[in-house]
Amino acid sequence: MGEKIIAGKTVQVSDDGYMTNMDEWTPEIGQEIAKEENIELTDKHMEIINFIRDKVKAGDTLTIRSVGKSGIIDIKGFYGLFPGAPLKKAARIAGVKKPASCV
Amino acid sequence: MNNTSETPLKKVLLICAKGAIEDVYAALVMANGAVMEGIETKLFFTFFGLDAITKNKMTHLHTSTVGNPSMRMPGGLPFPTLLGILPGVEAGVSAMMKSQMEKLDIPTVPEFLEMITAGGGEIYACKLAADMFKLKKEDLYEDVIDIITVGQFYEMAGGENTQIIFT
Repeated sequence: MGEKIIAGKTVQVSDDGYMTNMDEWTPEIGQEIAKEENIELTDKHMEIINFIRDKVKAGDTLTIRSVGKSGIIDIKGFYGLFPGAPLKKAARIAGVKKPASCV
Repeated sequence: MNNTSETPLKKVLLICAKGAIEDVYAALVMANGAVMEGIETKLFFTFFGLDAITKNKMTHLHTSTVGNPSMRMPGGLPFPTLLGILPGVEAGVSAMMKSQMEKLDIPTVPEFLEMITAGGGEIYACKLAADMFKLKKEDLYEDVIDIITVGQFYEMAGGENTQIIFT
């Protein structure tokens, strides 16, 4: 656990770089983290990020399947937008905790 | 959990040799989990595990209610093996297991395979077992890349930080 300055704001982050208080997040912080992940955020990315934030705020478990069923994008497209590890990367950019699900 | 300084896993090859719901899902969950982590993933089905990628069987997998000491009644009482042999009981228990999994957002077998391949995971069938069960490529789920020999399997297993997992 520690503090980190992202986009000029001091935020709480976990050891593996996930924000621990999602209320500290701003779109600018999202942009900054996306840059670290080498991702250029488009409107489609932002739709997914907002979906993830809403889902986490509602207390739901974040799964890759739920993103695939969101109506925003299918799973293949999700892997395309956040290459490698989409759920983890998208969660990091969305300023939410590391996903704790197995699917 | 601070193992980032170690060299991370790069490739996993999973072998699924059994066709009961729990055996197949063990392989599917691990394969999908690897894909989600960005690990190169290859999933092999052999012997009864082939049921999971056989078109007319993949949605009808069962769990065994006979000879399964971990089987419990709803509520936790032991499940009598003699009850398990009655017609329909195994189907009922299997259906219940599937509905429980649906509640946990665990996908069906075809959907799981789709998720794995959508993320770049690869699915193969074992030649020897396919010959034994008289299965051809067209009998198998469409995303199965090929029916391969054990030699081809090992050829795919090269490279550092590769693991083979037998579920």
